Amino acid sequence: MPRMITIDDIDDLAIGSTFLGTGGGGDPYVGSLLCKEAISQYGPVPLVSVDELPDDANVFSVAGMGAPTVMIEKLFSVEYAHVSVSALEARLGRTATAIISAEIGGLNSVTPVAYAAMRRLPIVDADGMGRAFPSIDMTTFNVYGVSCTPMALSDEHGNVAVFDTKSSKVAEDLARPLVAAMGAATSLSCYPMTGVETKRASVRDTVSAAIAIGKAIRSNDNTVLPVDRLLAALKALPYYGRAYRIFDGKIVDIRRDTSRGWVFGRCAIQALDGPSRADINFQNENIAVRVDGELRAIVPDLVCIVDRETALPIPTENLRYGQRVAVIGCSAAPSLRTPGALACMGPGAFGETSEYIEIESLNGSDAKEG
Amino acid sequence: MKIGVDVGGTNTDAVLIEGRDTLGSVKRPTSRDVSSGIKAAIEALLGDGGANAASIDGVMIGTTHFTNAFIQAQGLQKVAALRIGFPAARGIPPFSAWPERLRGAVFGAASMVGGGYEFDGRTIGPLDEMAVLEAARSFRQAGLTEIAISGVFSQLNAAQEVRAAEIIRGEIPGASVTISSEVGRTGLLERENAAIMNAALRPLAAHVGEAFGRALAELGINAPFFVSQNDGTLMTAAQMQRYPVLTFAAGPTNSLRGAAYLTGISDALVADIGGTTTDIGVLAAGFPRQSSMHVDIGGVRTNFRMPDVLSIGLGGGSRVVLGEGLAVGPESVGFRLHEEALIFGGNTLTASDIAVAAGKATFGDASRVAHLGGVDVRAALHRMHRMVEESLDRMKTSAAPMPLILVGGGAVLISEPLAGVSDTLIPEGAGVANAVGAAIGQVSGAIDRIYNFQDMGREAALEDARQQATVRAVEAGADPATVTIIDLEDLPLQYLPGGAARVVCRAVGDLILKETVRA
Repeated sequence: MPRMITIDDIDDLAIGSTFLGTGGGGDPYVGSLLCKEAISQYGPVPLVSVDELPDDANVFSVAGMGAPTVMIEKLFSVEYAHVSVSALEARLGRTATAIISAEIGGLNSVTPVAYAAMRRLPIVDADGMGRAFPSIDMTTFNVYGVSCTPMALSDEHGNVAVFDTKSSKVAEDLARPLVAAMGAATSLSCYPMTGVETKRASVRDTVSAAIAIGKAIRSNDNTVLPVDRLLAALKALPYYGRAYRIFDGKIVDIRRDTSRGWVFGRCAIQALDGPSRADINFQNENIAVRVDGELRAIVPDLVCIVDRETALPIPTENLRYGQRVAVIGCSAAPSLRTPGALACMGPGAFGETSEYIEIESLNGSDAKEG
Repeated sequence: MKIGVDVGGTNTDAVLIEGRDTLGSVKRPTSRDVSSGIKAAIEALLGDGGANAASIDGVMIGTTHFTNAFIQAQGLQKVAALRIGFPAARGIPPFSAWPERLRGAVFGAASMVGGGYEFDGRTIGPLDEMAVLEAARSFRQAGLTEIAISGVFSQLNAAQEVRAAEIIRGEIPGASVTISSEVGRTGLLERENAAIMNAALRPLAAHVGEAFGRALAELGINAPFFVSQNDGTLMTAAQMQRYPVLTFAAGPTNSLRGAAYLTGISDALVADIGGTTTDIGVLAAGFPRQSSMHVDIGGVRTNFRMPDVLSIGLGGGSRVVLGEGLAVGPESVGFRLHEEALIFGGNTLTASDIAVAAGKATFGDASRVAHLGGVDVRAALHRMHRMVEESLDRMKTSAAPMPLILVGGGAVLISEPLAGVSDTLIPEGAGVANAVGAAIGQVSGAIDRIYNFQDMGREAALEDARQQATVRAVEAGADPATVTIIDLEDLPLQYLPGGAARVVCRAVGDLILKETVRA
């Protein structure tokens, strides 16, 4: 019997996906309510591993695309997710047999689960990032040869635009202004895939990983400190296993610039018991962490700021002076660390001048591994 | 002269204020019905101060009564919720994620109808008036008269909510309608929850308003009374009966505002040290810094403007363990301090005993703590200071030292300089800072909407926001000459290039107490 995602898993999935969102990806609260509504109406959702997919499976992604401030007004519903997916199904002449998340970090981890419930289809235990990134082209689907288009964007009225573009970057550039015209809380389906393509191009086991991470953070086991529970959970996972508690301290400076539609910023963290200092720069998501000027983790490896006592991940918009935090760094999936992937979503894509260096090389044996 | 009243869980405090002087203060036990406790406190205050009831210009009351009633699901009315926005926002119906107990007490019906607005002011669709009428009929048939209306982006444009309210009033005789644009801000679910809570509390508010009015009349006070809102400003008795939900969290706000008033300092840290907890907040321009987080009330998610307060388990009644396993709190003897603390003849070592043993406070019987070792006492005192110091540091927004105002009965626990604090003040009247805060008597107006900076320019948009907030403050009863903008923030919409930005603005001015009611 396949593993089922039930209502009881949703809060774990939401918290775990916020961790994997590394500061961005949007608040999954609204999406998690949608999931609970959908599951209570349609029943639990089977979670299938990539290996269980038949080669000719038809896998469709679902994502919300818009502004988080608008999403909390217009919410989201599985009905408009259905408009975009069915437009692609009609276009391609095939019917979805499974649903996949394009982005496991943040809001877009939970909305596909709600949609899968409505369609009574399984959700694939995989995604296209293993974390969150700010644009449609930054996926392993793109890097490993799945076409982003045909791509469908729909609003709540049932208006739908189907794109055919020469590259996923162009798809992103054309879609973004249309998202505003459609009311800034739209549903997107892109990278329609077969089972073979899913096996080649997805980051595997990330839905179950997010649930495991969320469960560890939310656990009632008071014999282990929450941050230690989080680290133990990460170490038990195949990709995120090179996990380090890079720094502990309090936030002493936080700067944000949202003038260009993206949140660029920096956060400085001072050690509680010494002169040491960590600096994190972010662009919606956290990009890199340096301790006393020395690089300790950089994108696509994950940099997450969590509350030092509860291990709850803190999105960049909620960072504030005085918070006691731990900086957790962990390895990205191997498929994000290849030259092809790094060209698309490595440090250079975020204006970083540093080369990518794997987190395990930056944190030698002297690193505090929890 | 004005009277400020704070109705707490244990005590009802009242203060008599003239100009900037506090003429008297009293504490009385809080009564179950709230109003008789208020009456007893004011009666004692007038007796002590020798003031004439006729010379009172206004009575300002801060109460947690409505918050408690909601959390305990007491005296709540069933509510019909109508949401305007279909086909948007349909995935998560009203009352989603309410805890079962409160849902059971409040859920009457829920409908979603066509309409709503886009972030840029376009409509999602026209209001579906036929659907509103149908919903109204079904509400009437179910015997529901408390109606909460929410609309997508209604805080940008309330026209559809207002129209739907008219239709409902036309269909349901005696309907009481709360529209979400009057009680909440951006975030449909949270604003809708606030409207539903408000509707559920309205019958109780009508009753409490009458009881307050009657109590004052019986004391010969003909002046109007006002009630504190969660932002530290006042609303009239009539407004309180319409918007009881706006009184939530007025308690901590009043204590912060009182601290500002008593010291004349408008930018400072404030620590309110009670019997069980220390609540730390920050004053900016005389008002509490607001929390940007969501606040759950009885498990229902809201986004009220709440003061940003950090509570730690340190108070005068905190239990203390000395020696190797040194511990202070979070357990506390609470209101039983006067029986259980060593200095009062009890058997429990408390934070108050430590302050007395260290010679920093002079209440109770100091001989009963004379046996405590000096080193141990120093260590416990040191721990208490470090607890407060760390919490103060968490609440600051920069490393620069700031003044600290200590209020509350446990203020004596802090006796030594604290890191990051430039100056520590304990004002006279620190024990009744809440009631003083209630009496300050200012009113506010606020807006929270989305502007397009590309169309009108950022400066013009901010100016428009300032003007609208000012107009609302004057409508609330502020003297136009005294209105100032205390909060103006613009937040560009993320992931959406194109110049749309959410602007939040708040204006505050002095309440005009009308000459005619001075009699």
